[in-house]
Amino acid sequence: MKYVDEYRDAQLGQAVATQILSEVDPDRHYKVMEVCGGHTHSIYKYGIDDLLPANVELVHGPGCPVCVIPMGRVDDGIAIAHHDGVIFTCFGDMMRVPGSEHTLLEAKAQGADVRMVYSPLDALRIARENPDREVVFFAIGFETTAPSTALTLKRAKAEGLRNFSCVCNHVTIVPPLRALLESPDLRLDGFIGPGHVCTVVGARPFHFIPADYGRPVVISGFEPLDILQSILMILRQLRGGRHEVENQYRRVVPDEGNLRALQVMAEVFALRPHFEWRGLGFISQSALRLSDAYAEFDAEQRFATPSVRVADPKACQCGEVLKGVIKPWECKVFGTACTPEHAIGTCMVSPEGACAAYYNFGRYARQREAV
Amino acid sequence: MCLAIPGQVIELVDEANQIAKVDVVGVRRNINVSLLTTDGDRARPGDWVLIHVGFALSKVDEEEAHATLDLLQRMGADYEQELEELKASVIE
Ligand code: SF4
Repeated sequence: MKYVDEYRDAQLGQAVATQILSEVDPDRHYKVMEVCGGHTHSIYKYGIDDLLPANVELVHGPGCPVCVIPMGRVDDGIAIAHHDGVIFTCFGDMMRVPGSEHTLLEAKAQGADVRMVYSPLDALRIARENPDREVVFFAIGFETTAPSTALTLKRAKAEGLRNFSCVCNHVTIVPPLRALLESPDLRLDGFIGPGHVCTVVGARPFHFIPADYGRPVVISGFEPLDILQSILMILRQLRGGRHEVENQYRRVVPDEGNLRALQVMAEVFALRPHFEWRGLGFISQSALRLSDAYAEFDAEQRFATPSVRVADPKACQCGEVLKGVIKPWECKVFGTACTPEHAIGTCMVSPEGACAAYYNFGRYARQREAV
Repeated sequence: MCLAIPGQVIELVDEANQIAKVDVVGVRRNINVSLLTTDGDRARPGDWVLIHVGFALSKVDEEEAHATLDLLQRMGADYEQELEELKASVIE
């Protein structure tokens, strides 16, 4: 139990681990999916899986926004970045995501004006400062990030900024979960719900999981103790034959979410009929575009983007990793051809990606275990 | 970009656009706090907030803020990177 001393309350961590042991049926194998990449990161960093009984398996979910961007969207971004006079802005995590031939970082080296920003509001400021240039923001993220883009666009509209636009790649968390629950090759027993997404959407969107699929969901914080506690709550529900949405992270997540965020999202975005997810294929009504009221800020309309569908590289098994079908180290190129420095797949690029998290922390934990 | 970092509100610098100056482990930058304006509530100096890509996502209490910062600091490189990006940010 080498990691427990790093917890906010080490004794409590140990106590929860012991309680977990008493809740499990030794004849049963449990698969619990942590939906959010932030949880995956904590799990590997703190060796949480080492504290669990052998028959409780944590399965990593699709909740890393960088990981699910398909190559065709990266290619579209790069094509826009190469337009004359364009300043292309994106989060730092996007810079090394492979498109079919290049990354945005490589496009920058080839002369495109690609700039990393901390916030979409930084992109907006760059647009204000460069009235004779077209400034494009490559928006990515789940519901945690989408309100930021929406509020930025509202401000752009209020200011009448004509040289600002946005490639909208925002995705929503519920449709891929439904797709996973429908998938025959994966039997999941419960879900650790994504804490930060829930600050925006609240608990309500997750009720379909117990209602339609009879599985528990526990919305969880990000500290190791939070995650352990959430696993305990899931196992308790399973043992008691219950399935409901519980909120372990109530100190931050209100059950109803953030109404203001939901309202601006509804104003600025509309659902796309389909969107491609890396490794998961097309999922209907799983992503957002700009609403008609904001069409003038839509970079896909302003620049004719190629929008070509590109198949994932053959060696890449990100889809299976994102669905939790295989563990990162089971991918054939893991740690050899695919490393954070030279990633083949997206799960290795973002620190929240399961492959990167495992590469950075997990393998050391395993090595330590071996000695 | 996936991290949410706690910071403390120093002052509201632009009421109309809901821009506030916050302190994140000694780094002072502007962020947007309009998501906190539900139910007649709003960001006030001294409040601790969780910040994600330049926007306050929610208020947290001080103990929660310190515990989260502690957790982030132990994350190492990813947290350092996020702070560097925050430092480069100029929101008006
Ligand atoms: S090791 Fe690389 S290619 Fe394989 S699943 Fe992970 S990110 Fe994808």
